Formats: sequence, C-alpha cells, structure tokens
Amino acid sequence: MAVDMEMKSTGSDEKEIQGRSLWQDAFRRLLINKASVVSCVVLLSIVLIAVIGPWIHPNPFDEVYWDYIQAAPDMEAGFYFGTDTNGRDLFVRTLYGIRVSMLVGLVATGVSLIIGVTYGAISGYVGGRTDHIMMRFVDIMYSMPFMFFVILLMVIFGRNIFLIFAALGAVEWLTMARIVRGQALSIKNREFVEAARASGVSNFNIIRRHIIPNALGPVIVYVTLTIPQVILIESFLSFLGLGVQEPMTSLGVLISEGAQQMESAPWTLLFPASALAIILFCFNFIGDGLRDALDPRDR
Amino acid sequence: MLSFILKRLAGAIPTLLIIVTLAFFLIRSAPGGPFDKERTIPPEVAANLNAVYHLDDPLWEQYLYYLGSAIQGDFGPSFQYRDFSVTELIAAGFPVSLTLGLTAIFLAITIGVSLGAVAALKQNSLIDYAVMATAMTGITIPNFVMAPLLTLVFGVYLNMLPVGGWGESVSQAFLPIIALALPQIAYIARLTRGSMIEVLRSNFVRTARAKGLPERLMLSRHALKAAMLPVVSYLGPASAAVITGSVVIEQIFGIPGIGRYFVQGALNRDYTLVMGVVIFYGSLIISFNLVVDIIYGFLDPKVRMG
Repeated sequence: MAVDMEMKSTGSDEKEIQGRSLWQDAFRRLLINKASVVSCVVLLSIVLIAVIGPWIHPNPFDEVYWDYIQAAPDMEAGFYFGTDTNGRDLFVRTLYGIRVSMLVGLVATGVSLIIGVTYGAISGYVGGRTDHIMMRFVDIMYSMPFMFFVILLMVIFGRNIFLIFAALGAVEWLTMARIVRGQALSIKNREFVEAARASGVSNFNIIRRHIIPNALGPVIVYVTLTIPQVILIESFLSFLGLGVQEPMTSLGVLISEGAQQMESAPWTLLFPASALAIILFCFNFIGDGLRDALDPRDR
Repeated sequence: MLSFILKRLAGAIPTLLIIVTLAFFLIRSAPGGPFDKERTIPPEVAANLNAVYHLDDPLWEQYLYYLGSAIQGDFGPSFQYRDFSVTELIAAGFPVSLTLGLTAIFLAITIGVSLGAVAALKQNSLIDYAVMATAMTGITIPNFVMAPLLTLVFGVYLNMLPVGGWGESVSQAFLPIIALALPQIAYIARLTRGSMIEVLRSNFVRTARAKGLPERLMLSRHALKAAMLPVVSYLGPASAAVITGSVVIEQIFGIPGIGRYFVQGALNRDYTLVMGVVIFYGSLIISFNLVVDIIYGFLDPKVRMG
C-alpha cells in the first residue's frame, strides 16, 4: 500500500508498471457487495431528487394551501405525500428536510474530519509525552455526556444551523483522532517515512504526504459511519425542538410534527420517518461494505 | 484491587470538575438573563432577584459558590418552577427515570445475549439471518422514530397498549421500555454473536468438547462467560445511550422523569435546571463506567490491576 501511494504521489512516469492499487482492489470488492451497491444507487437517487426536486416542483415549501389542510396523499392534486396540519406540501417539505439533514451530515462530518485527522496525525507522529497528553485529553472528552452539552449549546446560543454544524463536528472528531493516531503510530516507523526524513523532508510535509494518505482507508470507513450518526443527532435535536427552526424544516422536525398528528394523519409521520430510515440504512450498508472492501484481513 | 479502584476514582474526579466548569461558564456566557422573559419588572425587584440568585457577584465568585454547593448536591433553585429547587426536581424524576432505564438495560442484556448466542450457534441459518436483519433494523432506526411507530401500531391500530402516561398501570410501561431497549437489544445481540462465534472456534471450547462435556454445560460454563466480555465493556456506552434515549422517550410518552424536565428546562432557558441535569447525568455516566470497568477487571484475568 505504501509503495503504491508513493508512486501516485511522486509522478506518473512509471505508468507501464500497471499494478493493482489498494483502491482499485477495494473498489472491485465493493462492487461485489450487492447491499452496498444498491444502497449507493438508492442514496444517490434520493440526494438527486432532494436537490433537484424543489426546483422542478411548483409548490414552495412554506406556502399554505387553505383548501388542503392536513390532506391525505393525493396524486391528482399534486400532493404526493399529502399536506401537514398547516396545509403545506409534505413532499416538498420532506425534500427540504432531506437537504438539511444531508447538509448537516456532510458539513459536520467534514469539520470532524479536519479536526480529527490533524489532531490524530500530530499526536501519533510526534509521539512521546505530547501523544500521551493529547490522548489523555481525548479520553476525558470521551467520558463527557456530549449530547447534553450539545443541547446546552443550543439552549445558550439559540437554534442556529451553523452552530449545529460546529457542535456536532466538535463532538464527532474524537473517534476519528483515535483511529488516525493508531495508524500514524504504525506508519511513522516504516522505511519510506524514514527515507523521507533522511532526505530532509519537513515534519509537516511528512504528515501531509505520507502519514495522512496512508491512514485514509479506516478514515473513509469511519466517515461513512459518522455521516448517519450526525444526521441522527441533528434529527434528535430537531425532534426535541432544539434544532432547525420554522419555517425551515428538517427530518427531525417533520417526524416530531408527524408524531403529534399520527392518529389523525399517519402520513405526516410515515413519509419523513421512512425517508430518514432509508437514508440511515443506506449509509450503514455502504459503511459495512467499505469496511469489508478496505480491510482484507477479515476475509 | 483496591488501588485499581482508587486509581479509577481519582481519574473520574477531574472529568467531573471539567463537566461542572464547562456547564457553568457555557451557561453564564449566554446572551440574556433568565428573567428576560418576564413582564418588565421594577429595577429594585430585578436587583433583589439578582441578589437572591447571586447574579451580581463577580463571575469567579459565582463559580466557586456554585461548585461548593454542587459538591453538596445542591444545584440551586429552578428558574422556571419557582417553588422547587433543582435537586428536588431531579429527586422527583429520578425514580421514574431509573425504573425505565434499568428495566431497559436488563431487557437489553437478557434478550440481546440470548438472541446473539442463538444466532452464533446456528450460524448462517435462517434464524441467524433473521436475528441479524432485525438487529440491523434496531440499530439503524432511531428510537424517536421507533417510539411513534410502535405507538401507532400497538396503541392506535391494534389498540392493545396505552399510548402514554405513567404509574397508573403496568401496561403503560411496555411501549416506552421496549422503544428504549430495542436499539440496545440489537447492539448487544450483534456483539454477542460476533464474540460467541470467535469463542466457539477457540481452543478451550474444543478441549471442553473433546473431553465429552455436554454441549449445554460447555456453553454455560465456558463459552458464554468468555463471550460476555465485550458485552460487559459495552455496558458503559449502553447506559449513556439509554440515558440520552430516555430524554426522547419520556418526552414522547409523557413520562414524568428527569429527561422531561430537562427538555422543558432547555426550551424555557431554565439555566440552573439544565445545568443540574447535565452534571447529574454526567456523574451518573461516569460512575456507571467506573462500575463497568471494575466488573470487567474481575471478569477478565488479562486485565492487570496495576
């Protein structure tokens, strides 16, 4: 793996030696896993619909249709998922909810990725006492009731979507840091790092060019498992009324509203709930597939 | 053993201190005071209120004051429920939350371990696939989705169980406990299956079988004990998850536990209440982790008590 990555990063003048890289191998293995492939397709279509749908669909997400208050799904009237208690088109609102959930998932995971990878790589590469202190800090953070702190943050600074991004990212980086640190510890003693050090590459560049690219496998697997987790936490907060605020919506808000009306209007619960469940399922299957694909030891 | 326990205890104290400190300064950096929502009150009254709640002292004095009383279990008065102290509210809600949480964890362990063990013994059979598919569903679908769905099916459509309330009949507790336990059942089943499969391939199980030990005894005396280790170490995170989950479950089913006060407090910006609950649950999770660590130390001879 290390050698392959080296070739890629040093240039393309050795193209005639066509080895199969770890990534090609992993991709091939991933394609064999049917659940993952199906999940990828489903997830991509959902994202595509959520992104494009609201542009094409004529109904705005916050328009109240007075003749259709809490109407059941009706194809002819154009309300595929029915309307909510305020007479707003639930289909369009669900699409907006998916957009928000996905956005939160991606951005917060991105934040956690940046913090976690940097922190872990430095901790593992520097080692010694620095490593000890840095990891001790992670241990302490781990034992905190984080969900409660996120709620605390929401209470204090108001319900701001950017705050959700930051708070969730700040919570989720811990495991990422541990994973990368473990990888860095084992990579830093390998010959190619020693060679780089001997030829005078700076520590920063060694971390950037050698440590991080070689730690990517487990990181990617963990990223696919973090995204659904973040989506889940955001929905949880929104469900409690502490997340995204009206008239904007998210899947958690929709599920919470649906749960209150489920006896008279079960569709207001079922559609957003299934959307969330399907998204979470897809991410989990993709994560499992990636883990199997990138970690051949388990086969 | 004693030094091991003492060492873990000593490790828990700084964590607790950080929790209290963080909670205190986060709350105090909040824009707006707790009395902002009231009708405009005369300045003298506001000054009096601030004096009673120590809001006009310097920040670090307030912090020390709060720290001192928090150590004695006094979290101050609730800003929202004027006639109660936070400690009283927590004390009122705790028995309910504890019953709910402990029953859920107990259910999760018994059902989860049995399902996982059966799946491991019948690996790659229909039972195995059924258990694993159910587990996947249980892990993936969050309990704030599961709880309303369960209510819709069993409470509304089938009309078998009451959909809310607490303490009037035992059947009221069914749905909330199941909704709370389900993800943990799923997780423990998956853990048990994995470790059980590994244990069944190990040498000591082969030895036990070779010397003619009946399958049942082999399982109960050897395999299950070894396979339980990952489950025991998962109990720490599980308890944290159950506590977090109970916040939602109590809200959905209208159960008068701590979680419900917490959400109400959060929505009403009831600072002292929110802080009290964060600290209380924080220490609860830390002590639970401590107990789990110690139990694990007893069970696994490989853990050195240094």
